[in-house]
Amino acid sequence: MIILQLFFEFFKIGLFSVGGGMATLPFLYDLSDKTQWFTHAQIADMLAVSESTPGPIGINMATYVGYTTAGIPGSLAATIGVIVPGIALVILITAILDKFRHNPYVEGAFYGLRPASTALITSAGILVAKISLFHVDRYQATGVFSSIFDWKALALAAVLLILTQGVKATKNLHPVILIAASAVVGIVFSFAGV
Amino acid sequence: MYMKELWEIYITFAKVGAMTFGGGYAMLPILQKEVVEQKQWATEAEILDYYALSQCMPGIIMVNTLAFIGKKRKGVPGAIVGGLGAVLPPLIIITAIAALLTAFADVPAVQNAFAGIRVCVCVLIFNSILKLWKSSVVDKICLALFAVVTVLSLVADISPVIFILGSAAIGIAIKCLGGKKK
Repeated sequence: MIILQLFFEFFKIGLFSVGGGMATLPFLYDLSDKTQWFTHAQIADMLAVSESTPGPIGINMATYVGYTTAGIPGSLAATIGVIVPGIALVILITAILDKFRHNPYVEGAFYGLRPASTALITSAGILVAKISLFHVDRYQATGVFSSIFDWKALALAAVLLILTQGVKATKNLHPVILIAASAVVGIVFSFAGV
Repeated sequence: MYMKELWEIYITFAKVGAMTFGGGYAMLPILQKEVVEQKQWATEAEILDYYALSQCMPGIIMVNTLAFIGKKRKGVPGAIVGGLGAVLPPLIIITAIAALLTAFADVPAVQNAFAGIRVCVCVLIFNSILKLWKSSVVDKICLALFAVVTVLSLVADISPVIFILGSAAIGIAIKCLGGKKK
């Protein structure tokens, strides 16, 4: 029965969380209080693991909670549960969109929405840059301006930028090769300082 | 033939899922490479549309975006297979981590590797934005919208849903009510 319950609880999370993985967090805290399936500390642990593994945070959380609660069947039930509402809505929306694709109102909406979408991606990128290329906390603690720069990270970023924008031979490398190489550089030069 | 194409969607999206580190936006460089450049299943503009719609819908942004592309390719089965493909790699990886490595995130090599990966994700996102720029910021009005949304989303705690719905409304107002000027 716990399998069905897991499916149902994560179906609800999938239905009500709008705006990405982080939006599932308040629901998970709520579920933890309600069911005692997992603790608040486990949510924090999972968030750390999610950020260190591929895949969307919402999916990772569902899989982890499902597994710790009811093993592999539990991880399947929770993960399927969290994606079903979204996929159902996608099918519904595209059915409507296909009919009105060339409607001037729909075209107008997309005209305005595209730059906003690019803008949201840009601000997400700026936030990632802030935590991975700079030490804002160290600057605030010391007040020394030069301490704000994470020189190792900035050097790697500069090399990657040149490889992807400037050098013809490496311009079209698959992103995953660059990600793997960066992971190795991170370990060799202990980027996290541990 | 039909099953083979569905299988191709499943495997391609599983690859995207396996190579995406970080939030939904980190999926974009991989998506541009695999889906726009290599398979040509969608255009840059379509990816932006799907991503924007997914942000104001319930559910997981990445799964919904991939379901949109799957739906475009192969209808309802494509949407379902696409969504399932996206969750396969995290399902396997997280189950393995939960079973074997409880302190996974505390391993120093893991922390260092991910500090390196985050730098790479920054650069990849920057490159993605350059590509998306061409299909989204097509005139001065778009540039103004882009600037306002970027600044507001950085300084104010406003849900992305508001930005997407608001800018869609502005787009309709300009294109449909403001005459036919381009």
